[in-house]
Amino acid sequence: MATYILRRLIQTIGLLFLLSIILFALVNLAPGGPLSAFGGKRIRPEKIGILKRQFGLDQPLPAQYIYWLAGNDWTQIDTDGNGIKDASGVRKGILRGDFGFSYRTRQPVLQEIGKRLPNTITLMGITMLVALAIAIPLGIFSAIKQYSVFDFLATTFSFAGQAVPEFWLGLLLILIFYAWLKNPWTGEPLLPPGGMFSLEGGFSVTDRISHLVLPVLTGALGWVAWYSRFLRSSLLEILPQNYLRSARARGLPERRVIYRHALSNAMIPIVTLLALDLPYIFTGAVLIETIFAWPGMGRLYYQAAVERDYPLLMAVLIIGAAFIILSNLLADILYAYLDPRVRYE
Amino acid sequence: MTDYSSIETTLSPTDQAIDLASNVWKRFKRHRGAIAGAIVFGILIVLTVLAFLSPFDPEKSDLQDKFQAPSASHILGTDALGRDLLTRILYGGRISLAVGGIAVAIALLIGVPIGALAGYYGGTVDSILMRFTDAFLSLPPFLVLIFLAAILREVNIPFFQRNSVLTISFVIGILSWMTFARLVRAAFLTLREMDYVSAARALGSSDSRIILGHILPNGIGVVIVEATLQLGYAIIQEAGLSFLGFGIQQPTPSWGNLINTAQDHFIKYPWLAVFPGLMIFLTIISVNYIGDGLRDAFDPYKVLETVGEYT
Repeated sequence: MATYILRRLIQTIGLLFLLSIILFALVNLAPGGPLSAFGGKRIRPEKIGILKRQFGLDQPLPAQYIYWLAGNDWTQIDTDGNGIKDASGVRKGILRGDFGFSYRTRQPVLQEIGKRLPNTITLMGITMLVALAIAIPLGIFSAIKQYSVFDFLATTFSFAGQAVPEFWLGLLLILIFYAWLKNPWTGEPLLPPGGMFSLEGGFSVTDRISHLVLPVLTGALGWVAWYSRFLRSSLLEILPQNYLRSARARGLPERRVIYRHALSNAMIPIVTLLALDLPYIFTGAVLIETIFAWPGMGRLYYQAAVERDYPLLMAVLIIGAAFIILSNLLADILYAYLDPRVRYE
Repeated sequence: MTDYSSIETTLSPTDQAIDLASNVWKRFKRHRGAIAGAIVFGILIVLTVLAFLSPFDPEKSDLQDKFQAPSASHILGTDALGRDLLTRILYGGRISLAVGGIAVAIALLIGVPIGALAGYYGGTVDSILMRFTDAFLSLPPFLVLIFLAAILREVNIPFFQRNSVLTISFVIGILSWMTFARLVRAAFLTLREMDYVSAARALGSSDSRIILGHILPNGIGVVIVEATLQLGYAIIQEAGLSFLGFGIQQPTPSWGNLINTAQDHFIKYPWLAVFPGLMIFLTIISVNYIGDGLRDAFDPYKVLETVGEYT
């Protein structure tokens, strides 16, 4: 197992290198190159040459890639853009955690991400917990009452849930809970249409929760649909198995047979699935955060894409890819740990 | 005297294909959800094809008529520029369905050959192709889609001007071929060990003939099922992308960008956002039911069941 993990980690590093080259090439082959997004058309043509030298964009691409990756503080650069190298660089490179400056805010990219990350983790973490709290009972009852009316409704619901575009659902919920339904005592909209908290009134837990309800519901629906269907089929595969019949034959109450013996095995694929969805807790949900004006990673990424803020986009993509690869590894390890029949050579 | 000449000892490939198709159809028919899905999807396609019958122009504005509620003359009302919403939804449907179809075709063209080569040859070919597949699988799909669409929005070359249908289909396609590659590879890994493949090889069939003529047709079921599900996925991706403004650009309507423009007015004029979204929902749910029915119909274990019924 240890050698397997080690081998996978080495592969991960190789994969991330490959991705970093692809992303770097894409940005630099884009029409106008990275500078076209920096200041747009307001830059006078004669200044472009100076800016290019200052940013090191006059260097050959492989050299630029190495500076981006490993920094340029070990070499001389041209800080005033007059064509003469006059000082040593200050960039540390992404390998040492320097993802450069955001074009949009002129702040370090990691600082921008750090400001948004807690908000996204709050939203996505709660969404995932709510989704699981609904999906697990739904999946269990569907499976033990297979072909019942409840099962039919739950299955139809999960089909529908997977087909609803989340941005549309978000708008519908705003329509219902903000525009149509009113608080019977104050006559104000039942729920706020967006944001993380009210601007006036100071901090209150109910205010925070009321801002969470709609984005969480919107995000949870897809997950509920997906997880409950998955748990249902995973349980249906296990329910006819002999070890459950033996458990019943030994006189164990049905409850214990289902919740203890069957469920613990049926949950194994769910746990792996959960591990695979972990990256979303970092990257967030672009559509939901955009609709509900939630100041998280997804909205940050959207704004960066609108203004083609390349350093920020690349940082999120590379960190996101690293999260995905590591979650895949985590899922495989969890699977082997939970199911003793699984062995990796 | 019995005439034995009409009895064939082997089925020709076309007969086999007809046999498979009729079996699949028989089992597909039994899935009520799938039949309902197929009918709804069929109606949607016919309606979008017949969009030209509408008396209204999908792109010409008529400010006198803006924000009309649904009525007899404008069945689904009009938008902020006085354009008939139903007409725009139907023309938008053409775009959304076309993007879905082309994207899946591109994904198939990339994924199936990669999977077939990796599964058939194994060894180094397999590990190189699968590492390549892994690289694509480790990208956050929707974020990369936004990234590429944001870059390509500045591109202005023939066929790929400013996020045209082709550009968006292309971008979605090159980010969704990986499942095809994996499924086809898995099918090839099992099928290439079969006796009939060794027999074909012993008879001197070329690799390309074995891959295309002998193995691929037997793995086609999983590919068709996955292609159906990917169609729904591609349509939802286009909708999300256009909703954010990175997809199909105005004034060309697509279901996603119709909801995007509705965003500013949907509280006062809800139909502008409700109806286009309903179309996406109906399309995806019917496609998913079709996919579910096809999965059951192609399931090899169910083949045994049907054979049992006949005897």
